[in-house]
Amino acid sequence: MFDGYTLGELGSIFAMQGFAGLILFSIFVLMALGLAIIFGQMGVINMAHGEFMILGAYVTYFTSQFFQASLPSLFGGYFFLAMVLAFIAAGLLGMLVEWGLIRHLYKRPLDTLLATWGLSLILQQFYRSVFGAREVGVELPQWMLGSLPLTDLIEVQINGLFVMGLTLVITCVIAILLYRSSWGRQVRAVVQNRVMAGAVGINTDKIDRYTFGLGCGIAGVAGSAFTMIGSTGPTAGQLYIVDTFLVVVFGGATSLLGTIASAFTISQAQSTMEFFMSGSMAKVLTLLFVVGILMLRPQGLFTLKVRR
Amino acid sequence: MADDRKTGLESAMRRKLLMGMATIPAIALMPKFALGAGPPTAEVNTTGLAVTDDEVTVGILHSITGTMAISETGSVQAEKLAIDQINKAGGVLGRQIKFIQEDGASDWPTFAEKAKKLLVQDKCASVMGCWTSASRKAVLPVFEQYNGMLYYPTFYEGLEESKNVIYTGQEATQQIIAGLDWVVKEKGAETFYLLGSDYIWPRTSNKIARKHIENFLKLKVVGEEYFPLGHTQFNSAINKLKLRKPDVIYAIIVGGSNVAFYKQLKAAGIDLSKQVLLTISVTEDEILGIGGENIAGAFACMKYFQSLENPNNEAFVKAFKEMWGEDIVIGDVTQAAYLGPFLWKLAVEKAGSFDVDKIAEASPGIAFEGAPEGYVRIHENHHLWSKTRVGRAKTDGQYEVIYETSELVEPDPFPEGYQ
Repeated sequence: MFDGYTLGELGSIFAMQGFAGLILFSIFVLMALGLAIIFGQMGVINMAHGEFMILGAYVTYFTSQFFQASLPSLFGGYFFLAMVLAFIAAGLLGMLVEWGLIRHLYKRPLDTLLATWGLSLILQQFYRSVFGAREVGVELPQWMLGSLPLTDLIEVQINGLFVMGLTLVITCVIAILLYRSSWGRQVRAVVQNRVMAGAVGINTDKIDRYTFGLGCGIAGVAGSAFTMIGSTGPTAGQLYIVDTFLVVVFGGATSLLGTIASAFTISQAQSTMEFFMSGSMAKVLTLLFVVGILMLRPQGLFTLKVRR
Repeated sequence: MADDRKTGLESAMRRKLLMGMATIPAIALMPKFALGAGPPTAEVNTTGLAVTDDEVTVGILHSITGTMAISETGSVQAEKLAIDQINKAGGVLGRQIKFIQEDGASDWPTFAEKAKKLLVQDKCASVMGCWTSASRKAVLPVFEQYNGMLYYPTFYEGLEESKNVIYTGQEATQQIIAGLDWVVKEKGAETFYLLGSDYIWPRTSNKIARKHIENFLKLKVVGEEYFPLGHTQFNSAINKLKLRKPDVIYAIIVGGSNVAFYKQLKAAGIDLSKQVLLTISVTEDEILGIGGENIAGAFACMKYFQSLENPNNEAFVKAFKEMWGEDIVIGDVTQAAYLGPFLWKLAVEKAGSFDVDKIAEASPGIAFEGAPEGYVRIHENHHLWSKTRVGRAKTDGQYEVIYETSELVEPDPFPEGYQ
């Protein structure tokens, strides 16, 4: 299939493919981080993850509308504010949901699956009724569009770089929060043994609420960032949910490192295969590959060693 | 002289009035329905449809919840507008149209169930509805079993013909062939790269496109590729496009994937003002989600664009905006949905009856002069003769119409040499 191309052209294509894989990797990590925290640390299967992302996307849309109408001179920077607002909005909704729904189900983790699935349907219809059934287009500031041409063939997408940078920052912040802060220590203590953690004086209710809120908030930021590359509509969250669960389950639910490793493996596999075959076939093979690995290693790539 | 004429006119009117008065006793003897303008119900409705002396009930069956609500909302709006306009102009055979709306909920078995309800329980004289081919395939046996009449608005893959369906959108050959001929003639295109979402409509359409390119135009297809519905990552595919450098990217990607595809195409530095991209799946509705600045320069081939300049369309766009708001956009399918109630009205009037069999028989040959897309006519195969047009997307989300076929294109749902 490489007949008739010069070595230079092929080199460029491989470079661009590598870059495409890295972008996909960042996107997967960003998608999965929020879910990994909620699923991994709390054992809650949050099927409404995609809807929290879309809430972030809608917040971004309304922020852009507001800036266009009222502060056109600052439009270039609206995206940063939008991401903060998306985090706050999704996080608050997450805490509300934890308080109203999830906390009653901690002893029945499988029921959280059903409850959050119902929640996702409710949120979808809510978006549809309030924001309209049609998709909305989020306008981006000029500097975030287009690409930087490095050579004739190699071009680096600016929004790809942006997503990569964002993912790096958020991952570092989460890692520090979880593994270097006292809050993180409390979260991990609750994960390992809820009863004991309560006995040594950790307010487990509060920890749960903030953890769930944080996970949802990150989903909101991810949704905000994805307005650059995807669609914003009531059901757009569904587009991401399968890939997200794939990454988290494959990586081993309780490990942040696992999530990252799994996102890397899946994204590289998919991106490379998509280049050599049709998008549909690449997806099928990726799924087969993941299913195969999970059959051999049902706990995922990385796991915490916990005495059960 | 003027006075003379006036008295002449007055006396003529008086004569007419007197003659009219002479018939009053006769009217009083006739049953109540004769007071309406239309013919008696027993005559125009022999199959027990929901037709009374002053009302006739039709159904509207689209998804207003679920994933397809994005697309089907416009069709519902157009159908309601058409029904409203027909009612204001006096209705059908003197009867006002009443509609019952059901929600298919983007779920094909639900469509079948609701279709049955509309036909069996509500006895709808006709149904305007469905959007995806999957929903149409689900309701088709219901319409055939209970002898209902469906007006289906979407451009689709063809390979279907039914006595119980009028297809008001274009079938695949109408939409595809004219566009390919145009791009070859105007842009001198020689190589094509076909892309699509992975289901029946894009696959069948690309099959027709490939046959036309290879067998009739004697040109080359350098790639053909499909993506799962809802696919959001096109970077690898875009790299392949860069490597192959086709003269024309032929894209039939639908739904949320569309948005991802065009945004990523733009981000990857593919400039649509230089690279020719021809699509048959992006109407003004989809551009709302994609954003005009991401798709400006792309060419779309379909039968209707909101920017068409003719008196019918100007009146239609104005009425549509009055009913549904200034910001609304109108895509190809929305316009096709608008035709449904009018084509049904014309068929009823031609048949002089609401009976489905008579309407089905009367439909071929019916011409609708008032269509926003211009003159259309129903073919024996229940599809429409219509013109095909090429538009170029602008940053404001509208298309500029740059080409239209000089003649109406014949619908050919079972094209020879393309299967």
